[in-house]
Amino acid sequence: MTTDLTRLTADALAIKLSSGEVSSVEATQAHLDRIAAVDGSVHAFLHVASDSALAEAADIDRRRAAGEELHPLAGVPIAIKDVIVTKGMPTTSGSKILEGWVPPYDATVMTKLRAAGLVSIGKTNMDEFAMGSSTEHSAYGPTHNPWDLERIPGGSGGGSAAAVAAFEAPFALGSDTGGSIRQPAHVTGTVGLKPTYGGVSRYGAIALASSLDQIGPVSRTVLDSALLHDVIGGHDPRDSTSLTDVWPSFAEAVRNADVAGLRIGVITELQGDGFQPGVMERFREALALLEGAGAIITEVALPSVEHAIAAYYLIMPAEASSNLAKFDSVRFGLRVNPKGGGTVEDVMSATREQGFGAEAKRRIILGTYALSAGYYDAYYGSAQKVRTLVQRDFAAAFANADVLVSPTAPTTAFKLGEKTGDPLSMYLNDIATIPANLAGIPGISVPVGLAAEDGLPVGIQFLAPAREDARLYGVAAALEALLEQKWGHTLLSQAPDLSPSEMNATDEGAV
Amino acid sequence: MAKLMDYDRALELFEPVLGFEVHIELSTKTKMFSDAPNYFGGEPNTNITPVDLGLPGSLPVVNGQAVRYAISLGLALGCSIAPTSRFARKNYFYPDLAKNYQISQSDEPIAFAGSVEVELPNGRMFTVPIERAHMEEDAGKLTHVGGATGRIQGAEYSLVDYNRAGVPLVEIVTDIIYGAEADAPELAKAYVSTIRDIVVGLGISEARMERGNLRCDANISLRRRTPEGEPPAPLGTRTETKNVNSLRSVERAIRYEIQRQAAILDDGGTITQETRHWHEDTGQTSAGRPKSDADDYRYFPEPDLLPVVPSAELIEELRAALPEAPAIRRRRLKAEWNFTDLEFQDLTNSGLVNEVIETVAAGAAPAAARKWWTGEIARTANAQGVDATTLVTPLQVAQLVALVDAGTLTDRLARQVLEGVIAGEGTPQQVVDARGLAVVSDDGALIAAIDEALQSQPDVLAKIRDGKVQAAGAVIGAVMKAMKGQADAARVRELVLERATALPE
Repeated sequence: MTTDLTRLTADALAIKLSSGEVSSVEATQAHLDRIAAVDGSVHAFLHVASDSALAEAADIDRRRAAGEELHPLAGVPIAIKDVIVTKGMPTTSGSKILEGWVPPYDATVMTKLRAAGLVSIGKTNMDEFAMGSSTEHSAYGPTHNPWDLERIPGGSGGGSAAAVAAFEAPFALGSDTGGSIRQPAHVTGTVGLKPTYGGVSRYGAIALASSLDQIGPVSRTVLDSALLHDVIGGHDPRDSTSLTDVWPSFAEAVRNADVAGLRIGVITELQGDGFQPGVMERFREALALLEGAGAIITEVALPSVEHAIAAYYLIMPAEASSNLAKFDSVRFGLRVNPKGGGTVEDVMSATREQGFGAEAKRRIILGTYALSAGYYDAYYGSAQKVRTLVQRDFAAAFANADVLVSPTAPTTAFKLGEKTGDPLSMYLNDIATIPANLAGIPGISVPVGLAAEDGLPVGIQFLAPAREDARLYGVAAALEALLEQKWGHTLLSQAPDLSPSEMNATDEGAV
Repeated sequence: MAKLMDYDRALELFEPVLGFEVHIELSTKTKMFSDAPNYFGGEPNTNITPVDLGLPGSLPVVNGQAVRYAISLGLALGCSIAPTSRFARKNYFYPDLAKNYQISQSDEPIAFAGSVEVELPNGRMFTVPIERAHMEEDAGKLTHVGGATGRIQGAEYSLVDYNRAGVPLVEIVTDIIYGAEADAPELAKAYVSTIRDIVVGLGISEARMERGNLRCDANISLRRRTPEGEPPAPLGTRTETKNVNSLRSVERAIRYEIQRQAAILDDGGTITQETRHWHEDTGQTSAGRPKSDADDYRYFPEPDLLPVVPSAELIEELRAALPEAPAIRRRRLKAEWNFTDLEFQDLTNSGLVNEVIETVAAGAAPAAARKWWTGEIARTANAQGVDATTLVTPLQVAQLVALVDAGTLTDRLARQVLEGVIAGEGTPQQVVDARGLAVVSDDGALIAAIDEALQSQPDVLAKIRDGKVQAAGAVIGAVMKAMKGQADAARVRELVLERATALPE
């Protein structure tokens, strides 16, 4: 019996590719087969690029055979969140208004992936324009959580997280505006990191809220996220908000993981009321493990965090209302001609009416209102002040702690349809993840087990000061090692095998 | 056709209140926020990048050269340069605006609070207050097809060319301008002309109005005059006249709007706050779109760009490199050259200041340089319908003046030499040699001619001897004629008087 290549981490697969034990075409085909087998139930992908992926893989194999020096990850397949523009692959950002649009250019992260020889196998599902916490706002239907197909995979990057959790890809790119990488990681038992704002180029990421968006890695292990982050990070002259820092190797930070003497501050405001008992139980266990390994656990307060959601839901829609103005049918995407013709304004209006979903419209209206003359100071202006307060809270907290910690989200995956009628309750799901976006600091979510009451994955979130992403990789990798040592297996090995035809494909399949 | 009030009558009843927005296209190599070449025209939609088209995912990056140009311009306008300025998004839907927002500067412009000295044709100096100068990007260009007028009304469809989208602009906004009074149209022209001189002097724009490199929107309102002792009337409603593509149009458009608004107000009507479209051919304005102060562009700081924070060193470096301001330069030259107001005004109006500067630099006396350029050379240029600067060089004029100063040429001879230079016969000295035009400075030759003339006119000789010196004129004329004009008349006169007493009776 051969090893199921889809069960390998990106790192393990990369080693087999480098040694020549496995070809990239084999690895790519294995993932395409897995997608064909399970994606009918999961619906993680909006577009599967079989032909181009196999061609790219064959090219890597040819270059490797020719003795060319390749990047260590060359030939490893990767899934791309559909918010990222990809030359030659359709890009919709989960919206009808971009249906069928094939960008004429690559996002900077795509250019970097291609240069490293990673093989893009497809585009993953997401809430329309990354607006949501469940992928239910995708114009192309929701993604299903591989742990329970009746439940949400998180959002907005539910497609990338589900693809990774369902072994359809070893890792993926996500984007995080208020938790869209970390919350899906939390509910799918995967790892996801939102880099420091400016750490990864936003050029080619279809903007939701420019001052909050960051592209980041999604994977099954901390090391794989770090390896991917090492590829996509760094300064980009095409993104003015991109930091010019020279970054350390994040993979190196994982390999040197050690929490002895690390001061971990538990955020007082992000526990207790509204947090599911099973989530809190796994959270406390994880803290105990870290303490046992020499970490110093303290409690820190972020008093402004209670206003963070309110501020976020003014800043994000304000920027979104302007960012989404370009979708007007004139240059690209959907065009709806009203009956009997009309002016260009009529065409724009009909296109936007039909092309945008309800959540996009809700946020455009909210944001337009928040920026309107006479309301700007009360809404957008006040929200920016809260943002400053949140940043000050973090600065004060980091004076006493090296990293901060909280559950990644208050609950495990809720049922599809459960919150679609109640936007506010949906928004509250991001209470723990939003503050990092407002402050521009990095955050990671790592799985810490299953909640006792529903058997669904739970994640823990670590936050570090801006530019200290490496610190997050260190603490997350240390915790991951402690947990796997305790369990004797990875968490995802416990996930249901979605494809009966592949029951024999893995040694780890049985729980 | 709108009813117009007589201009003088309009000024009796109303005070014109002005304001200008001048847009200047910067001549940078690349666009304001993308690396597309800063060039438009040519095949539509070819000079574009994802940024200029506002494609999803694209991001702007500020052109550093445009920032330096904007700072230089701000300094030349006497503005303060903001240590931190910010770009903002001006949100409105229009198909020539790729992102449906324009990246501009709102409440944090790069330059603010300056002033420009403007000299009017009547010699009056006027200080135009500058509120701000800010950076922004140009929009694409719409072509309306199928209508009779080429305007959007009546068109069947419209085409949009984004080649111009993202071209860097600086917009200079004046404060409200009071006190121009009857000079309002001339002030408008002089202001735009001065801005153009400044921009050209800085070398930051082609500044060709006919090509749209420099565009002026003229705001004007009328305030009814109140009797002495009564409080002033409130400001009137303004209109904004666009499409003013020449200096002459700026002047005409202001005059037209004053007369149009005055007629409406005097009839008890009200002015609609709107843009007005200037028509060069008919010399009229027509109503454009209504414009309200309540237009809500939902400005907010552009989150894709960092604040612009020029270093103090950069600002000082640019300040040190500024050319002299046109008004200051004029004042300095007038004093240095010791010209009267009228003389300098004539020179300014002739547009030949630079030629005189260069002629003086080449050694000529300022008065002589001015006399030649605004006199004989300008007359010849006018007669030939060409630009005076194409006829002769400042060096040639200086050489001509030197020949006169040395006594080699009389004014009359010098005019002939100039004619030869203009005809391409060489330098003034070459023309003198070739045409044999030098003054006869050999007293012997002159004396022989004088003696002959005196002896052939004994009655005149007798009068001169009687002390009737003015009688010498007839003899001088005869001598000059005999010398074919190539004699110094003053010297001839001296010698005539001398010989009249020296000759035997």
